[in-house]
Amino acid sequence: MEKTFMTGNEAIAEAAIQAGCRHFFGYPITPQSEIPEYMSKRLPKMGGVYLQAESEVAAINMLFGAAGTGARVMTSSSSPGISLMQEGISYIAAARLPCVIVNIMRGGPGLGGIQPSQSDYFQATKGGGHGDYHLIVLAPHTLQEAVYLTMNSFDLADKYRNPVMILGDGYMGQMMEPVSFPKLTPRHTPKGWALTGAKDRPANLVKTLYLDPEALEKHNLVINQTIQKIKKEEVQVETYHTDDAEIIIAAYGTVARIAKTAIEVLRNKGLKVGLIRPITVFPFPCKIFEELADRRFLVVEMSFGQMLEDVQLSLGRKASVHFYGRTGVVPSYDEIIVEVEKLVK
Amino acid sequence: MQMQLQKVFERPRTLRPVATHYCPGCGHGIVARLIAEVIDEFGIREKTVGVAPVGCSVLLYNYLDIDMYEAAHGRAPAVATGCKRVHPDLVVFTYQGDGDFASIGTAEAVHAAARGERITTIFINNAIYGMTGGQMAPTTLIGQKTTTSPYGRTAEQAGFPIRMAELLATLDGASFIARVSVHSPKNIIQAKGAIKKAFSVQMNQQGYSMVEVLSQCPTDWRMSPAEAVKWVEEKMIPYYPLKTLKAP
Repeated sequence: MEKTFMTGNEAIAEAAIQAGCRHFFGYPITPQSEIPEYMSKRLPKMGGVYLQAESEVAAINMLFGAAGTGARVMTSSSSPGISLMQEGISYIAAARLPCVIVNIMRGGPGLGGIQPSQSDYFQATKGGGHGDYHLIVLAPHTLQEAVYLTMNSFDLADKYRNPVMILGDGYMGQMMEPVSFPKLTPRHTPKGWALTGAKDRPANLVKTLYLDPEALEKHNLVINQTIQKIKKEEVQVETYHTDDAEIIIAAYGTVARIAKTAIEVLRNKGLKVGLIRPITVFPFPCKIFEELADRRFLVVEMSFGQMLEDVQLSLGRKASVHFYGRTGVVPSYDEIIVEVEKLVK
Repeated sequence: MQMQLQKVFERPRTLRPVATHYCPGCGHGIVARLIAEVIDEFGIREKTVGVAPVGCSVLLYNYLDIDMYEAAHGRAPAVATGCKRVHPDLVVFTYQGDGDFASIGTAEAVHAAARGERITTIFINNAIYGMTGGQMAPTTLIGQKTTTSPYGRTAEQAGFPIRMAELLATLDGASFIARVSVHSPKNIIQAKGAIKKAFSVQMNQQGYSMVEVLSQCPTDWRMSPAEAVKWVEEKMIPYYPLKTLKAP
């Protein structure tokens, strides 16, 4: 398959287009601005729409409007911008509108920095906005995987009528790698609920207000049943040298990639180290952790311990869980090696 | 000889045969009917999509038999933009109150107008937050008492009421901007004319259109419906003059 050398941001944008996304609403913010830039170049030439919103608040509501018509739509931003979108994301989840939201994480809280980070994990996986809901959150660790996951994300969103987040980081957005785009036929999902004008059918309504308490609970139960189904059927995880591993590193995204290098070095030194890499951070791959709960764990993140809590929950209180985190700074594989060696001593 | 009775008045097809939740004397129900009449007269019920955000506006979908969104507070112009950009063939309108359009949603309002978005906004200005029980609005008049300006609004403390029609009329993307009222039969007829014009501007691809409707809120103004109508005439119209500010 032909390979193209491009940045992660561009690869994600192209993957979305290949998956049938023709409408993009966004707002510039480092380190993801290449996604709107790419979309503004490509979409108008193929009969699609790129629109720069006045704010992330408006962008996510434009997405709400566009997703409500049943179109395949996407927006992208980075941490502070994603915070601004939380209101709209909550409404999108409540209205059960399929769409894709890309978060190329940078350091926080506040303005933070523009360096890579993983400190939006809680926000991404636990709901983020108000109310009872979850996003499906996909965390690629290479650009090629970002392409695959983005291409699949639209089908997932349609299948469950639930928004999907691609959770990357500034490193992934900015780095360049050769990637290929597999031929994809977007799955066609009938969307009888979409707003397209009430012609030859009763009027449709995209709503989130349920003033009657029982009606609200009934609606939330539908969302929750969807979430339970997603938990059961959509978990994706990679295990790497875990069979004989005495120490297992748990990491996702860019950090997992760095951890793989560390594991190679450690294995050459004779240390039995493996990796569990959640690809879906929601739904979280609890089961594989349960199965390997007798090993020792080192969770590594570009945060001060957010996925750590899901790992601890999955392993139970008796498990041996250690943590190494950097925030604002990308941990090097040397640092991970040192942390593992500390556990062996 | 058989008597032929001619039907001179009936419920518009687009208006659902239901009672509204609006208080006695409120202007909302009148405007909902006018919108329904305009949609019917253009014959666009099957290609019209409405957006009603938070506030007394929100339940409009219970009254209009068309595809509708319910939007977050203030975000209706952005939602309408998303819909219209995917389906330029649809007629898309927002139905917003003053808290929505002139306070929390000013960014979305101004930029939808500046972009010349082919959407129409029907903006209900009753100088108060209705659904939440009568708090001060961005359009509350100086001296007007509300539950959060119990001694009367002062410019020193709360600044000045916003004239949205005048503000938006300065933008090149705004094509048709008018202010009307629904406090008398004559004004209701004029209001319908403006709403019709606003829809036609959209259908002719002429840009953004907005009709500000001064509307009475007897309940939260603590007045009888008759007093409220008088208050529109004597207090609101002098500050919010009725006119077409811009037309293509």
